Amino acid sequence: MPKKFNEATDQKRWIAGAGVFVILALVGFLSNSYVISLMTIVLLFTFMGQSWNLMLGIGGQLSIGHSLFVGLGAYSVAVLNIKYGISPWIGLVVGLTIAGFVGALLAWLSFRFEVRGIYFALLTIAAAEFARIMFSGWEFVGGMQGMFFQAPTGKTDILMLRGDARFYYFVALGVAAIGVLGTELISRSYLGYVWRAMRDDDEAARALGVRTFRHKIIVISISAGSAAVGGGILALVQGSIFPDSIMGMGISVDVLIGPVVGGLGTAFGPFVGSLAAIPLNHTMSAIGDSLGIPGLNNIAYGIILILVVWVLPDGIWPAIVRLYRSIPPLPRLKISQPRKVEE
Amino acid sequence: MLSLWLNVLASGVLLGLVYGLVALGLTIIFGVMRVVNFAHGEMVVFGVYIGYWSVRLWDVPIIVAAAIAAVVMFVFGYLLETLIVKRFVNRPHHYQFIVFIGLALLFSGFLLVAFGPDPRPTASQLSFHTVSIGLLKLDLARLQAAATAGLLIILLGAYLKYSAFGRSLRAAANNRLGGLVVGLNIPQIYAVTFGIGTGCAGVAGALISPLFDAQPYLAVDFTLLAFVTVIVGGLGSFSGALLGGLTIGVAEAVAALMFAPSMKTALPYALLIIILIFRPRGFFGAKEI
Repeated sequence: MPKKFNEATDQKRWIAGAGVFVILALVGFLSNSYVISLMTIVLLFTFMGQSWNLMLGIGGQLSIGHSLFVGLGAYSVAVLNIKYGISPWIGLVVGLTIAGFVGALLAWLSFRFEVRGIYFALLTIAAAEFARIMFSGWEFVGGMQGMFFQAPTGKTDILMLRGDARFYYFVALGVAAIGVLGTELISRSYLGYVWRAMRDDDEAARALGVRTFRHKIIVISISAGSAAVGGGILALVQGSIFPDSIMGMGISVDVLIGPVVGGLGTAFGPFVGSLAAIPLNHTMSAIGDSLGIPGLNNIAYGIILILVVWVLPDGIWPAIVRLYRSIPPLPRLKISQPRKVEE
Repeated sequence: MLSLWLNVLASGVLLGLVYGLVALGLTIIFGVMRVVNFAHGEMVVFGVYIGYWSVRLWDVPIIVAAAIAAVVMFVFGYLLETLIVKRFVNRPHHYQFIVFIGLALLFSGFLLVAFGPDPRPTASQLSFHTVSIGLLKLDLARLQAAATAGLLIILLGAYLKYSAFGRSLRAAANNRLGGLVVGLNIPQIYAVTFGIGTGCAGVAGALISPLFDAQPYLAVDFTLLAFVTVIVGGLGSFSGALLGGLTIGVAEAVAALMFAPSMKTALPYALLIIILIFRPRGFFGAKEI
């Protein structure tokens, strides 16, 4: 049931959101480079998580193969930049277009034949794994050896999207802000209402005249395209890409862990979730490396995922909001309660 | 040339039977409980490690190792269901899926911590023996694995079809509410079902331990392979799992021969995409999920 936004609480939402981003901008001026590079990754996965969130949290379609779109974005940027010296800006647009098209194609093919629910989720994994294996065997894009960007000169060049760690931090902050703002705006727009209606009850939405087939294609295409933008920037930040790391299952899990832990269908959930999960993952793998025990980070991720679904099925962010609201009778900070998703 | 093709086909069929057993485990769990066990590949890898350690520590034949794997993995599955999975059976699909992704990560992390990332070949006598039948030259490990898997599939099928427990299990799969009404102990049936499913995966893992080096990273491949097999055959269908296993086994072998060996790994996914698009319920799939 979409609720009408109250103007007073609305204003508070915007202030709170802007406040968080001002604090994050200040973090960018810290001198600790480890924190900055870690936060860059957190913000990029916030953005990619937001795109995944749009698809499941608002559109009701589960994807476990988002690495496909992330990888397509990363490869578009890398191939155009490394092979032809073309600016990553163009690479990002190309990646967005390709991934958006591939997402739309996948959605069109599967929903045309009523491939839904689990079957659609499995189709996304199959497509991602297929693409990963194809890219591993494709010499033009470097195959298993991957591709390497030119070593950064340290000079900031906005046209070529090159710069130091701090520069990439602000790029990541920018896209994360666009992601949060975009989700907020989309979920308030006509499309947001239509998608939530479709998520909650496909047939009822159709009965009301919503062309759910078309809208599923649109939501998946937008989600895929924005994931590709995140992937392109991730490739630049990492400086190199390999099919196993940029298109592997690991990326799909990293993308979905933020929104699941933080709160499905919320604007801030993916940020809260990524902020909780990604530093934990890095810490655990650092501990594992120093002790010579690989796999600790997998155990940590596994336990978090199980516990969150067990104890806080809505995620951390709605729980924080509930806690905050239980003190004084104050504003509503979430877009909508994630409810039953089409099975 | 003919003998080459025959041999490739035969080895595909033999491995396909083992894939069929893996897929059978996944499909039984799905058919009865309507949950998708995303950690199925980890169960297979547990089986491979059980095979590896039994042979290494006690030097037992693979058949005995498979029996050990069956018991251990059945108990493991039973406990896993009663302790964790049970709580998520009635949740929406995407929550279940996320829980199982969590379990898969947890188990693969555990495997990495316990055994390290290095592959460990099982030093079985079997690995080097071959049998010749006419034009065919089959390696004994493969033949034995396939024979055991085939026998188990038949026995399990007969058990589910004719025993009292099998009937109640099929009843629970057919209509959960109806089963409750006539007094079936649904929680126990679910736990045993999950145990049978993981047991199948464990046995299959132990059987192929002479063919595959034990390695934690195999798990993802086996999970996806089991999904592909099951979907090709149809989720929840017994004969579908078997047919799917044979299809994938043969297709992999033929692809490795006709194209590059690397195509072998890509082919199942291509097949899955094609099947999902044109026949989403697989060969014998359940009508509704």
